[in-house]
Amino acid sequence: MPDTPTLSIVNASFSHGPRKVVKELDLGFFPGRHYVMAGPNGAGKSTVLDLLSNLRKPDEGEILLRGLPLGAHGPAGLAKSIALAPQSSNFNFAFTVREVVSLGRKPHLGPFGRLGPGDRRAVDEALDRLHLGHLADKSVTGLSGGEAQRVVLARTLAQATPIVLLDEPTSNLDVAQALDFMETLRELAEGGALVVTVSHDLSLAATYAHEIVFMADGRLVAAGPRETTLTPELLTRVFEAEARVSPDDFTGGLTVSFRRAPRAGAQNPRP
Amino acid sequence: MAETVKDNQGQAPAGPPGGAPGPILGGKPRRVSPRLLGLGMALALAAMGLVSLASGHMPFSAREIFDILVAWLSGSGIDLPENRVMALVEVRLPRLMTALISGAALGLSGAVYQGLLLNPLADPYTLGVSSGAAFGASLVLMAAMFMPPEVISFGPLYPAIGAFVFSSLTLLLVIALASDADRRLSPTSLILSGVILSAILSAGLSFIKYLAGEQVSSIIFWLLGSFQAQTWANFGIVAGFFVPAFLICQASATDLNVMTLGFKSAETLGVNTRRVRLTLLAAASLAASASVAVAGIIGFVGLIVPHLCRLLTGPDHRSLLPLSALGGALLLLAADTAVRAFLPGEIPVGVLTALLAGPAFLVIFRRKMKELIQA
Repeated sequence: MPDTPTLSIVNASFSHGPRKVVKELDLGFFPGRHYVMAGPNGAGKSTVLDLLSNLRKPDEGEILLRGLPLGAHGPAGLAKSIALAPQSSNFNFAFTVREVVSLGRKPHLGPFGRLGPGDRRAVDEALDRLHLGHLADKSVTGLSGGEAQRVVLARTLAQATPIVLLDEPTSNLDVAQALDFMETLRELAEGGALVVTVSHDLSLAATYAHEIVFMADGRLVAAGPRETTLTPELLTRVFEAEARVSPDDFTGGLTVSFRRAPRAGAQNPRP
Repeated sequence: MAETVKDNQGQAPAGPPGGAPGPILGGKPRRVSPRLLGLGMALALAAMGLVSLASGHMPFSAREIFDILVAWLSGSGIDLPENRVMALVEVRLPRLMTALISGAALGLSGAVYQGLLLNPLADPYTLGVSSGAAFGASLVLMAAMFMPPEVISFGPLYPAIGAFVFSSLTLLLVIALASDADRRLSPTSLILSGVILSAILSAGLSFIKYLAGEQVSSIIFWLLGSFQAQTWANFGIVAGFFVPAFLICQASATDLNVMTLGFKSAETLGVNTRRVRLTLLAAASLAASASVAVAGIIGFVGLIVPHLCRLLTGPDHRSLLPLSALGGALLLLAADTAVRAFLPGEIPVGVLTALLAGPAFLVIFRRKMKELIQA
C-alpha cells in the first residue's frame, strides 16, 4: 500500500444550516481497497460521500485528491477520477437503459457526445456486469426499483473511474444481486480501484469489505481492516445495541448479530 | 401518431419486463429514426412553403414562384408585373419566413424548458416568459394611447422592445427567486416562481386592459398572436436570436441529457448544472421572447411539438432539439397558411394553434395521468 492516500479528508467540518453534520473529520483512502462506511442514521455518511465527490464543499478543512484540493482538478478532471452512484435516481424521460448507461461515458466524450468503439465496449461491459443485457432497449421509466438501481450502478461502472463512491448500492437489490454486486466491487478494488460504499448491511460489509469506517454523530469512531473494526465493543458503541461477532465458515467472513440493549444501559452498554 | 398506441393492460408495474406499460412510461419504446423524421419534416416544410407562397388572395403558380425567387435571389430583372413580384418577395415571403423561424424558436425553447425543468409539460408559459412579454408589450401599447402622436411615433417595434425587456426581467426575477442558499436551481422552485410571477403579471395585464378602455382591441389583437404585416426586419430579429440560441443549446445537448438524471449524477459526470441551466434558460428564453416580440403570444407550439417529437424518436436532446425546431416551424407555417389563405376572415394564428393543440394536449395529459395511476 502506498503511504499517501489517493483521496483524503483533512480536518473537514460541514453544517446543514445550524446543524453540524460532519465534525473535524480526518480520513485517508488508499487505492486497491474497498471501504464500507457504516453508522446509525444521521451519522453523516452520505454527507461524507457528497464531500468526497465535491457536491458539497466543507465549511472547514479540505478534501484532497492526489494531494490537491478537489476544486483544483476541474469538473472534467474530477468526473474522470471519481464516480458516484447516488442512492436514488429519478428517471423523468423515457431514455432506454442503454442510453442512460451510455451517459456514464460523458466525461470521456467530446462536446457533441458521440460514443467511440471504446465507449461502446465500456457500456456493454457495464450492462453485462449488472445483468441488464435483456433490458438494454427498454425504457428506464418502466423499471422496477431493483432494475433502476442496477441501471444507476451500471452507469457508474461505465464511467470507468479509479475512484468509485456508492450510497447504499444494494438497498433495492435481492440477495443474489447484492452478493453479485459486492463481488463486482471487490474485483474493482482488487484491480486497483478505490471503492467507498455507504451501507447499512453489516453482514455484506463483514464479508466483502477490506476496511470498515464507523461514524456516529458526524465523527469518526473507528477505521481500519474489518478484523480490527468489527468488534463487539465498537459495534455496541456505534449502534447502541448489544453486538456479537463470530467467524463464519459458511461465508468465509464474519457474522455480526445484534440485540436490543437494555434501556438503562443504552448510554454505557456493558456492566 | 399511430406509433404512440398504448398497450398497457393494467399490469402491476413491478411485474415481469414483458408487462411494462406503453412508450411514455416503459416497455420497449417504439421509436422512429430521428433522421427519418427529420427528413420527413424537412420535405413537408418545403411542400408547405410552396403551398403557402402559392395560395391566398393573389394566387401564384409554382412556375411563377420559381421564376420570381430565382430573379430575386440573382438580382436580375423579370418580366412580371411589379406588384406581383412585390407581393411575393416583400409580403408573402417575409411572412412565411417569420412564421417559420418563430415556430422553430418556440419549438426549440419548449424542448429546452422541458429538458431543464424535467417536466414534459413545461413551455415558455411555465417560466413566466410569455406573460412577461405580453405585459411589456401591452404597457407600451397603452403608453402609446396616452401620448400625443408627436412624442411617440408609434411603430410595430415598440411593443416588441417592451415584450423583450419585460420577458428578460421576468426570467431574471424567476431565477433569483428560485435560487436557494446553495445557489442551486431546482426545477420545482423554477416552475413555482414562474407560475407566481405569471399570475401577478396577468393581473397587471388585466389592469392595463381596464385602463385602455375602448382602445383595448389593439392590445387584445396583439396578445392573440398574428403574422400579419411581417417584414424582413422582423424575420431578422427572430433569426438573430434563434440561430445563436440553437447553436448554444445544441452544443449542450449531452449536458441536458445528463441533467435529466438529477443534480448529483449530473455534477459527478462533470456537468456544471447551474451554469448550463442559466445559459440554456437565457438562450431559450431570448429565442422565445423574440418570437413573442414580433408575433404576439402563440401558445402550445412550444409545448406540443417537443412532446410529440419525444414520443416518436425518444428523449435524446441531440436529436430532439433540431427536430423540435423543425416541427415548430412546420406547425406554425401550416397554421399561418391556414388562417391566411384557407380560413374565412383572418383569425389570429394564436387562436388556431390553441384550438388545435389544446385538445391534443388534453389527450396527452390524460394518457400520462392514466399511466401514472397504473404505476
